[in-house]
Amino acid sequence: MTVHSFQQHFDEKIDNDVAIEPRDWMPDDYRKTLIRQISQHAHSEIVGMLPEGNWITRAPSLRRKAVLLAKVQDEGGHGLYLYSAAETLGITRDEMYDQLHTGKAKYSSIFNYPTLTWADMGAIGWLVDGAAIMNQVPLCRTSYGPYARAMVRVCKEESFHQRQGYEIMMALANGTDVQKKLAQDALNRWWWPSIMMFGPPDDNSPNTAQSMRWRIKRFTNDELRQKFIDVTVEQAKLIGLTVPDPDLKWNEERGHYDYGAIDWTEFWDVVKGNGPCNKERLETRKKAWEEGAWVRDAALAYSKKRKARKENKKDNLAA
Amino acid sequence: MNESTSQLIYTLQLADNALILGHRISEWCGHGPVLEQDIALTNTALDHLGQARSFYQHAAEQFNLMPVEVKKQQFVSPALQQKIDKGESLDEDDLAYLRDGWDFRNVLLVEQPNKDWAYTVVRSFFADVFNFYFYKELQKSKDAALAAIAEKSLKEVTYHLRWSSEWMIRLGDGTEESHERMQTALNERWAYSGELFEMSAADKAMAEAGIGVDVATIKPLWDAHVDGILQEATLEKPANKWMQSGGKDGRHSEHLGYILAELQFMQRAYPNMEW
Repeated sequence: MTVHSFQQHFDEKIDNDVAIEPRDWMPDDYRKTLIRQISQHAHSEIVGMLPEGNWITRAPSLRRKAVLLAKVQDEGGHGLYLYSAAETLGITRDEMYDQLHTGKAKYSSIFNYPTLTWADMGAIGWLVDGAAIMNQVPLCRTSYGPYARAMVRVCKEESFHQRQGYEIMMALANGTDVQKKLAQDALNRWWWPSIMMFGPPDDNSPNTAQSMRWRIKRFTNDELRQKFIDVTVEQAKLIGLTVPDPDLKWNEERGHYDYGAIDWTEFWDVVKGNGPCNKERLETRKKAWEEGAWVRDAALAYSKKRKARKENKKDNLAA
Repeated sequence: MNESTSQLIYTLQLADNALILGHRISEWCGHGPVLEQDIALTNTALDHLGQARSFYQHAAEQFNLMPVEVKKQQFVSPALQQKIDKGESLDEDDLAYLRDGWDFRNVLLVEQPNKDWAYTVVRSFFADVFNFYFYKELQKSKDAALAAIAEKSLKEVTYHLRWSSEWMIRLGDGTEESHERMQTALNERWAYSGELFEMSAADKAMAEAGIGVDVATIKPLWDAHVDGILQEATLEKPANKWMQSGGKDGRHSEHLGYILAELQFMQRAYPNMEW
């Protein structure tokens, strides 16, 4: 087959919703785009363990502590599936870590915001995981098979995370005045960064058209953002919290909520490294990696020794 | 000390050991040397926390059945005294979050800081070997609730023991650096292994009543398992015989205060609320 016919074959699969598998021919840019997106997603899970990990030792009840631990552990698991999916495209986990640690690869900017109170555990679950689900459910049908399959598992667990977050918020909203204040304060701080999670508006999103063509993406950033806002505003109302957007208004004609202008300067600032916790998050990841080097080296050395001993034993038996 | 008080304290010893060890291990979450191990260790933290909750719930039930004048003598904590005065019953969270250090009965070993992976592995190893044999015995407790918790926990502890034994060997017999780090951690933490086998007043009373375990019977089993693993790990058993103690009587190291300051922060700053 010529390159042209490889390309035709690939395009046909995409058009007919046939999954692309690791051994299939794929255009270089498709591969690059996927590596970028999947590794970014994996890094987000791993860096995302930190803001919530902050509150494990301070959770207000043993039950909440157990649920939070399980949730953060799930995120580690998601990182694992996603790194494995990316590895099928010909990049190693160590290479991806290196890209993260040198700042070449990005992760979701939302994790560069600080978790200041317990209510942030509620807001992250409800809003951040809620937004992630909106982004991720369509990815269960994304064109690259290993990614789609990883996302099926991820999405199942994310919906549990979203519920536990909302449940924390509900408990606060039904609680004392100070608990209500904690909940509202967390919503105020997390609302705008959460709706920025869907990425820049469609008219300023350079990768969207190609990703839609490749069926990596199925909906545009603005479509997903709108869907999230429509659902979340109702959930806020239900527990008596106010979404911090004075321009938020139901638009009968559109059948959607209209919302205020998003501060994209803030978004790009945080992406570029100027968020409240960018430095801390990256330093923490690097520290864990560097301080773990001797452990990884020892594990490798030991497994080599063991293998050698086994072979020796076999040789001795044979002789 | 009457039998119901001994039984309460005994249950709290077990609960506090599990809670504080789980707390320390949970500090690793997100900071592990390898992602797989981060996940494994978080799972272990969850197991310990689950065990702690079962013990606290059982302790709370015992406490709530006590006459008021006996209740008042149990804990120094003003927050708990207030609840008792108001006639409120206590739950797992009250016991974990509202007692101060002198009412905590965990051994000093479990409150020692994580430091590095070697110290963490050694601490878990000492505790896991002990827990494995301990829970095996506790399954025979005349207290059906304790026996049931022991049975459930034993499954988890069997996995913990395998995990920490494997890491002892892997790091002891890994590189020169890992060997040295393990030997140092082993030497440093050795003095905290003796308290596991000390019999507190509650231990003695409960062993006699057939509710608790005579930990002296576990010592030879612990020694044999530890010796075997150390040999395979090419590590030397520390020679020092002097042992730290006090945790079981509520005399702790400086570390516990900081653990509790963090652990109890929310309940202290926002008292009497539902979360």
